[in-house]
Amino acid sequence: MASANAKSSFNLARFVLYTLLAVFCIYYLLPLYVMVVNSLKPLSEITAGGMMALPQEWTFAPWLSAWSSAQVGVEATGLRPYFLNSIIMVVPAVALSTMVGALNGYVLTKWTFPGATILFGLLLFGCFIPFQMVLIPMARMLGLMGLAGSVPGLIFVHFVYGIGFSTLYFRNYYAAFPTELVRAAQIDGAGFFRIFWRILLPSSGPIAVVCIIWQFTNIWNDFLFGASFSDFDSQPMTVALNNLVQSSTGVKEYNVHFAGAIMAALPTLFVYIVAGRYFVRGLMAGSVKG
Amino acid sequence: MGFLDIKQATKSYGAVQVLHETDISIEEGEFLVLVGPSGCGKSTLLNMIAGLEDITSGEIAIRDRSMNGVKPADRNIAMVFQSYALYPNMTVSGNISFGMEMHGIEKSEREKRIAQVSDLLQIKHLLDRKPGQLSGGQRQRVAMGRALVREPDVFLFDEPLSNLDAKLRVDMRTEIKKLHQKLGTTIVYVTHDQIEALTLSTRIAVMFGGYVQQLGTPKEIYDNPANMFVAGFMGSPSMNLFPAKVVSENGQPAAEVSLADGTKASIPFATDKLASDVGRDIILGIRPEAITDRDGADRNSQAVHIVDAPVEVTEPAGSDTFVVSQIGGKDVTGRFRADVAVNAGETFPFAFNMEKAVAFDPQSENRIA
Repeated sequence: MASANAKSSFNLARFVLYTLLAVFCIYYLLPLYVMVVNSLKPLSEITAGGMMALPQEWTFAPWLSAWSSAQVGVEATGLRPYFLNSIIMVVPAVALSTMVGALNGYVLTKWTFPGATILFGLLLFGCFIPFQMVLIPMARMLGLMGLAGSVPGLIFVHFVYGIGFSTLYFRNYYAAFPTELVRAAQIDGAGFFRIFWRILLPSSGPIAVVCIIWQFTNIWNDFLFGASFSDFDSQPMTVALNNLVQSSTGVKEYNVHFAGAIMAALPTLFVYIVAGRYFVRGLMAGSVKG
Repeated sequence: MGFLDIKQATKSYGAVQVLHETDISIEEGEFLVLVGPSGCGKSTLLNMIAGLEDITSGEIAIRDRSMNGVKPADRNIAMVFQSYALYPNMTVSGNISFGMEMHGIEKSEREKRIAQVSDLLQIKHLLDRKPGQLSGGQRQRVAMGRALVREPDVFLFDEPLSNLDAKLRVDMRTEIKKLHQKLGTTIVYVTHDQIEALTLSTRIAVMFGGYVQQLGTPKEIYDNPANMFVAGFMGSPSMNLFPAKVVSENGQPAAEVSLADGTKASIPFATDKLASDVGRDIILGIRPEAITDRDGADRNSQAVHIVDAPVEVTEPAGSDTFVVSQIGGKDVTGRFRADVAVNAGETFPFAFNMEKAVAFDPQSENRIA
């Protein structure tokens, strides 16, 4: 009897738990549902008031419009050129900051020098400086380098800003990497870069994934630097999306806005789905033995 | 000029000197073991030979070529690490060939040498595996293979057996010794295990506190320790060290010791080295196997003396029985034959083989006789 009671109360607890989880799940997914549904219906259906309803007439027109013909800047180009801007900006910025972070982590753990800890402290400090503080000095720097208002300028800004975090990740990861391996490689005759390339990097998969996801998401989603340091033709996706939503002169085309917003979110979503399972694994590996 | 010469080498980290002036010279084919407790400077010295740590002052030379400032890769050495340090992303054959690849050896030659070494160490069936798929003993073999394949002047071993379980450790110890006899290579081997040191080496450097306390063959170290540290550290169970006083008995110097029942006994020395030291307090050192039951005493010894002493504890260990008595306030262990009927509490004749006894100065702890 006792065990039967225990079993039934256990089942009840399970039931409550799953119900609660389902409610939360719906709560979190609702905005996505609204966005997807409304991006697939004509504007008239939205203005008629049916926000939550499924489309009566399914249409891809808002997506096509957001992609290639909506009025974003001066010309009606859609979001396409800005999407490309973002891609051209994100890929090199992520690659550069990850590579330099890995190299920094390698030096800070395996080739330490007097003052290495202070240098690392300063790099960490760099992670937590609010974006706003660097806006004006950075604008001046970009001007001096002749990169103001260009995509390479944005790459530079994100690259520099990303080094702090990527160094943090790789330093903690490499701190747990056995130094004896580096010494063995030294005796085997491998030099500084050869050890990095042949011994450390092949073992850095998990932390590299963490770093790439982190940098990709941050740089792709950045608005402040994008708005501050770009011209009309070098704006990233986030800024263009804002312009799309703000600049409509006549009617607000909500369905087009929804489609554009989903487009802006898709790449980060894609990165998470592809590499997400490595993310937690890498985070744990880096943090436990820091 | 030896094969490996360490001349007045020191190492300091800032103001802390971890290795004091050290002189060691060994010939080609020797097996030198650096032994001592943790923090004695033995690993530092090994890393200095490897070139992984700089020399603060002095010189290390291999084949009469000074190694100061020479990179590890250019010293023609190979090292086996405590953790084996196998590259986790490479296969076993990748691990073994990495060093040769870095030194620009042709692929065909590399493959030939890998085949030779894997034959020698019986790891042929493991060549395509990753280190993560190997057991401790297999990793150990691969690590040795990686060192062997380089055909270096000097092999360096940094506590290579300390990660293995007890049985495997003994097996691998024998295997290393066989390998050394077969290949005749020069080896410098660091360990904190004095048994490893005694069994493997042709020469031992006992280190403590950044000093080489004694450098000698295993027999010299065991029979003629230079000071109380070496006497106490080498040998298991360790040498009995207890206070005594030099007295004169029938014109011969003897050691007077106090027994647990309050009586005093005097044991004549085998030599008259201490004849002029009558009245001096000393520390007498005598190994457990030189304190036996009457019939177990060494028949070749001219200086076996019987002392009737109260037995405090007996510890039967199968092959022997260790019998403990308080002498001079210290536990003194004798190694009796297993079938001797001896019981705690009774007074029993202990046979001291004074040919094996040594004496130390209580203050300086150095050997005086």
